[in-house]
Formats: sequence, C-alpha cells, structure tokens
Amino acid sequence: MKKEFKDSVSKAVHNATLTTALGKFSEAYKVNRAKAYEGIDFEALRQNIADRKAFAASHIDLLAASFKIKAEALGAKVFLADSPDKVKEYILKVARDNNVKSVVKSKSMASEEIHLNDFLIKNGMSVKETDLGEWIIQLAGQKPSHMVMPAIHMTKEEVAELFGKEVHERLTTDIPRLVEVARKELRSKFLEADMGITGGNLAVAETGSIVLVTNEGNARMVTTLPKIHIALVGIEKFVEKFEDIVPILTALPRSATAQLLTSYCSIITGPVENTDGSMKQLHIILMDNRRTEMSHDVKFKQAMQCIRCGSCLNVCPIFRLVGGHVFGSVYTGGIGTILTAWFEALQNSEDIQGLCIQCGNCKEVCPGKLDIPDMILEIRRRLVVDKGQSLTQKAIFSVVNNRKLFHSMLRAASITGKPFTSGGFIRHLPFFLSELTEGRSLPAIAAEPFRDRFKKIKQPKLKEKAAFYAGCLIDFAYPEMGESLIKILNKAGIEVIFPQDQTCCGAPARYNGAYEVAGNNAVDNITALLKEDVKYVVSACPTCTVALEHEFIATLESLGRTDWIPQAKKLAEKTVDFSTLVKKLVDEGRLSFRQGQKLGSFTYHDSCHLRRTLKVFEQPRELLQKAGYQLTEMFECDMCCGMGGSYSIKLPEISAPILQRKLANIKNTGASIVAMDCPGCVMQIGGGLHQDGAPIKVKHTLELLVDQVEGK
Amino acid sequence: MYELFKTKAEAVGAEVHRFKTKADALDFIVSFLKDEGVSDAPKGYALWAEGPFLDGVDRTSLQAKAPGLKFQVTRELAADSLVGISEAGYALTDTGSLVTDQTAIVQRLVSTLPVIHVAIIGTDRILDGKPAVFAKINPSNSRYIAFITGPSRTADIERVLTIGVHGPKRLVIVFVDDLEGAN
Ligand code: SF4
Ligand code: SF4
Repeated sequence: MKKEFKDSVSKAVHNATLTTALGKFSEAYKVNRAKAYEGIDFEALRQNIADRKAFAASHIDLLAASFKIKAEALGAKVFLADSPDKVKEYILKVARDNNVKSVVKSKSMASEEIHLNDFLIKNGMSVKETDLGEWIIQLAGQKPSHMVMPAIHMTKEEVAELFGKEVHERLTTDIPRLVEVARKELRSKFLEADMGITGGNLAVAETGSIVLVTNEGNARMVTTLPKIHIALVGIEKFVEKFEDIVPILTALPRSATAQLLTSYCSIITGPVENTDGSMKQLHIILMDNRRTEMSHDVKFKQAMQCIRCGSCLNVCPIFRLVGGHVFGSVYTGGIGTILTAWFEALQNSEDIQGLCIQCGNCKEVCPGKLDIPDMILEIRRRLVVDKGQSLTQKAIFSVVNNRKLFHSMLRAASITGKPFTSGGFIRHLPFFLSELTEGRSLPAIAAEPFRDRFKKIKQPKLKEKAAFYAGCLIDFAYPEMGESLIKILNKAGIEVIFPQDQTCCGAPARYNGAYEVAGNNAVDNITALLKEDVKYVVSACPTCTVALEHEFIATLESLGRTDWIPQAKKLAEKTVDFSTLVKKLVDEGRLSFRQGQKLGSFTYHDSCHLRRTLKVFEQPRELLQKAGYQLTEMFECDMCCGMGGSYSIKLPEISAPILQRKLANIKNTGASIVAMDCPGCVMQIGGGLHQDGAPIKVKHTLELLVDQVEGK
Repeated sequence: MYELFKTKAEAVGAEVHRFKTKADALDFIVSFLKDEGVSDAPKGYALWAEGPFLDGVDRTSLQAKAPGLKFQVTRELAADSLVGISEAGYALTDTGSLVTDQTAIVQRLVSTLPVIHVAIIGTDRILDGKPAVFAKINPSNSRYIAFITGPSRTADIERVLTIGVHGPKRLVIVFVDDLEGAN
C-alpha cells in the first residue's frame, strides 16, 4: 500500500463529521431497509433480478440491436460508443450542431465515469448538475462519495457556505431554507438550458424505453424543458422485456434509500413534444467502456447484474468508516473497487482492493446477487499474477507452504515469545506476526501445540469417527479449545482423530491473492483429512470450515487442478462446523443438557464467515440457551469485529475503530460473557477487552458447552 | 382498495380526498383554489391541463367561481404558476403512487413546475401493484409514462428529508367515485 493511500485512510478515519454521518446513516439504513422489504421475499426477488440481468448481460449485442431498431423507429437517435472518447465526441457534435451554450444534467454515474462535465466546460459550455447532492459537490469541486447520496460527506454548514458564495448572500444552516435556495437557483437554469443530459436506470430492449428514477423531479425537468435530451446509458442497464422493469423497480428504491418507490419514475420511449410544440431531439448513447469484455469474463460477468442501488456501501463496515473519497475514483466501496478495476485499469484498484475485509455484508443485501467479496479476491489474485507477491509476503507464504517449517517456526515462536507473555497474553510477537500487537493484546503461542497434546488425550474406542481440523489458531494458540471439542464429541459417542499432516487452510494465502499457495494447502489438507474413513470432518473455526467446504474447490478450479476436484468435493460433504454438528447431535438425542442450570447472561457475536457464508447463527444461540445461559442480543451482533486475518496488520487504523465499536456494543448489553464460534474473533475481541480492562469473559461456544452437555 | 391507497399515499406526504360525484369534486377544487389564495395575480394563478374530466364542464362559470384559473397551458405560464391540475391514469395501492401518461407536454408542465399539483382520478382506477399496472400501460402508445409518488423531496443535505426541491411541494389527489356518470 502506498503511503499517500495510507494517509488518506487515516485522514478519513479521523474525520469525525464523516464517520459520524456515515455511522448514523448506516445504522438507520438497516432498520429502514428491513421495513421497506416487509412482506417481500427478498431472496426470490433478487434471484428474479439476477436471472433477468444475467440474461441481458449474455445477450448484449442482441438487446442493443433490438433497442436501436425500436427507439430509432420512434425517432430517437441511438449511438453505440465503445470508448469514453467516442461518447464525448458525439455529445460535442450534437452540441455544436445545435449551438448549445448551456446544459442541465440529471444525475448520471456514466457521465462521472467519463468526466463529461470538465470536457463540456472546456469546450465552452455551461454545465449544471441539478440533483441537489450533485450540484453541491459540483460547487465544491469534488467527486461523489456515494452512488446514491453523492454529498453525504458534507455538513449543512459547508453547504450553506457553498450556496452563499453562489448566490452572494449570507445563508443560515436551516436545511429547508437551503433547499429553497437551490430550488430558486436551479429553476432558471432548467428554463434556460439548450440541452438536457440524463443517465438511465434501465434500458428496455423490447420497447426502446429508458427508465429514470429520481426523488427531486429534476430528471422530469431535464427531459421536458430543453429541446435536446441526451441519455447516456451504460450497457449494463439493459433488460430484455418491458416487464423486467417490475422486479428492478421493486428492489431499487427499497435498497437504495429504503423507499417503496421514489417520488418520480419516468419511462421514456421515443422523443416527445417540446414546450413549443416541436419534437424533441432524443439521443441515446449506449456506452460500453469495457462492459462487454466484463460480461465475457467468467468471474466478473455477474458485475453486470448490478442495479447501482448503493446498498453495498450502506452496509459495509469499512465504507462507513472511511467514506467514498478514499476510493479515489468515481465509483466507491466494494462495487466501486470492481468497477474501477474494469472501467479504469486493474492497477488502479491495487490500493483500494485492500480495504475489503471480506465480511460479506454487501453480498447479503445485494439485490443483483453480486458476490462482491469474491470478485475482490479475484482482483487480488489477478494483481498478484500480474505483479507477483511482495517480498515479505513471499517469505511468509513460502513458510506457510511448507508445513514442517511453518509448524516448527510457530513452535519456536512459543519459546521466543515467552519473555513477553503476561497473564496469558503476549505483547510482542516475534517473526512476521510482530505487527499484530498494535492496539490489542494477543494470545500467547501455546507452550505445547494441540498436535502434541492430542497424543496424550485418552479417548474411548468408539465406532463413529470424526476428523478434527484444528486450524492454526486452535493448534498453536488455543489448544484447550480442541480438548473441549474432543470431550464433547466423545460424550456423543464419537471418537476424534487428528490427522497430523493437516496444515494451514490456505485462507491467508487466498485472501492475499496467492492462489498457488492456497492450492497447495488445499491438496495437503485433502490428502491428510481423507486418509482415514471418517463420518465428519469437524472444525471450530469458521474461516477454516469455509475453506474446507467451499474454497478448496474454488481455488483448485481456478488453478485448473481439476483432478483434485472430486476429492475436494468429498471433503466438502463431510465438513461441518462445531455448532451445527452439536446441534444435530442434540436433536438426535445423542447429547443432552444438565437441567435447571442458571449460568448467567451472555451476548453472542456472529463471525462473518459463520453467519454469512455458512448461514449458521441460530444453532450456537439455541445450544447456549438450552445449556442455561441467558441471551441478551447486542446491537449489530453480526457486524465484523475487525480481525479479518492479516487485515488487522495491514490496516490497523481501520481495524482498531471497528473493534472499538464492537467492544462498546458488547459492553452495552451488560452481559458477563460474550460467546462466539471463531478463534480469530476470540483473539481479536479477547485482546481488545484485555486491553480495555472490562471484566467480560470472551469464550468460544464450545468452551461454554463442554461442562454442560451429557451423553445418552 | 381506496383506504389502502390513502394510507400509502399519505405515508409519503400526498394529500388524498374522495368525492362521490364530479360536481362534488369540482366544488372541492374551487374551494381548494380559494383557500390556497389562487387569484389572477402573477405567480398566484392555477393551470388546468386538458383531459376527459373537463368534458362537459362549463369552463366560463368555473373560471368565474375560481378567478385565476386558466386552461391555456404554456411553458411561461407553468413556470410561474401556483397550482397545476391534471388527471392521472392509475393509482397503485402498494406504493401509493399515481401512474399517468404524460406524452402530452401540458401534462408534464402542470405536474412539474407549479408549487402544488392536484391530480384527479376515478376511484375505479386503483390497482394493487406494479404487475397490474404494467399489464395496462404500453410504451408503444405512451411515450412518457410517469409514476408520481408523493411530492418532490430530497435528503441530500445531512440526510434530512426536505420537501419540494424541484418539483411540486404538495401533491393533492382527488378521487371521484362516479367519474363517467355525472354531468
Ligand atoms: S465484504 Fe465487507 S468489507 Fe468487503 S466490500 Fe463487502 S461489506 Fe465491505
Ligand atoms: S453491487 Fe449490489 S448492492 Fe451494490 S450497488 Fe450493485 S446492486 Fe446495489
């Protein structure tokens, strides 16, 4: 990461106005969005949208041709532009041919993408943005910081000052009054303008229609008052049929601003009459700018399903901390990272792709069903393929790739780390983990890793067998978690085996784009874990579970190592996370709880991978309550804790405030225990509370259950 | 259906009224214009866009009762008007929206530029949702279809919801039960 980028990150994190505004907004958004979607089957709706958009994306040429025929038959001019330059040339020609001096615009990300305003102004025209937010940032000379709310980073004081300069008057910060100033100022601009430029939320191939969605009514004026209307539309906005508008119009306002519908939605099909009775000139520019190429890319074609609602930004824990300007480009947040990589250049996403902590919040709410975190990983992977790994990372991964060396170094760390350990926590870690201790304590590396302890554990000989996949953290930092797991499974009549050849799950390498390394890790683990015939492969770390269940297959597929896929699938079928397995055993009557226990209150922290990838969140809550603990839910229980593997090393300035927020939410419940199912979260939250000094126990669910369950 | 629509439309800031006959609706509009101070003064007049509702209405006597009411809609007049009156095609219960064909320029002028927009619609034109309305509207004969949901609004300054940034500040919906029969 470049220094300037790091600086812009810390500046943003320390911008109190920004983080407070975004924080408040994202909290309210969650509640309002849920209300807006009441009574709607969101999964069915987004599948519907994804299917229709995916169809459009794979038939762009066809749809564009049909659109052109339809719209031109009605009198519109349709121009297919493959590059930003061609778009600009075309618009300039229309403007020159018609002696255009002033232009009014309705919000259009496509025009931001090609920096159209600058271009038109350089060519002697006056250009006014008329969406209030866009006008504000135009006056401020800034870029939009959010797709839907371009000026969300500004205060009313700043707006009052900007407007005051524009109208040469001192203005108060009364918001309705400021809006009135804009109404008055822009009204004359609408009436004077020679040309109106809009974007398009949808383009319907079947009918040649453009759909425009706004709240302010400016798009209606821009398409009504000037005699020329240019609609600049990215070709990802295509849908095939008129009826395809319905599901998108159902989701777009709900996801964007938690409204059932925006104030205005216009469906324009061919030119209409001008105010003087003449016919309007309607030009529709269909802009490609690498979209077709994107639609042919196996990994990224799904990005064409995006309906630009911005909800991925609203729920992103990183975006709400740093805001849009850190992303440095037109499109911001997770989706912005992807669009920047395509519409500009892969290299331009190098710094910003690192902002994603892979929490999966965006994926859960996206009405276009985009897997944003997965695409960001793919960007990482391609960057590594292009440029290679940094030297430090190379060093780390060459170690991780060699199980014996890796494990012996972790063992060594337990010895070298010893003088620095206090009360079970370590302040300074040796070796490449050294930066981990910024802002929070870390667990000591265990004196004896789980793999050694295991050999001494006495288990009854049982018929049913499960292989335990420990993962590095349980193996080397929290071996007692592994011991508890064995005790519990033994009670249910399951004998646990521990294949000694298991190694790192490959997640660190994968999340850094080092797929070769992750692939080798996958193969080593598949071999080790399938050596003996077991019924289950159980893990108590969600990141590892996700690796075993999903990522081994994906990684091997992307590396073309298809000969390993059947084995990877076999492993995936057997893999289960701890809470799901125990819940199953309880349901089957193989485990039960001691009755009448009153064990105190707990709150539960949902780990990102467990909740959103594995969809497990009821099981641990139910188990703990059955055991006799009382649940007090915390605010934003499923928000990331800021750990994110090496993320907390690379971007401590972001990780730390996310953790602080989590700690505050935990403390606010008043519970004496915080439970979770991920040793990584235990490390992050445990370390945070250790430095904070709050007397709250941080426990993995299995530690809380071990003494409470009984066998048959 | 009507009650459901009213609830939804009011939730987004529209004002909803219902009358049995066309005559009742006309009386309401006349008194509404009076109450809003519509007069022949600059920036104080009202524009009524041509539509089926006006068929058979005696405009001269209407204008006598409501001074400042004009049936001639031009760009210049619309830019300075206080009230714009038009008719809507459908009302949707799920979102409280009006759906209307605004291909004719007068329709757009009276619903975008005035401070207050009054929309008249038959109570029998209420539909229960987008699929129903999409089965009825057809872009091959309506070039400009507008969905209107409440008044113009913005939340672009500090996320504070504020009414009337560019379009009308008020949307007044007038339902008429017996639209075809009366007069
Ligand atoms: S995965 Fe999480 S951090 Fe990454 S873009 Fe999505 S919400 Fe943001
Ligand atoms: S990626 Fe999904 S959530 Fe984000 S803007 Fe696009 S459709 Fe909306």
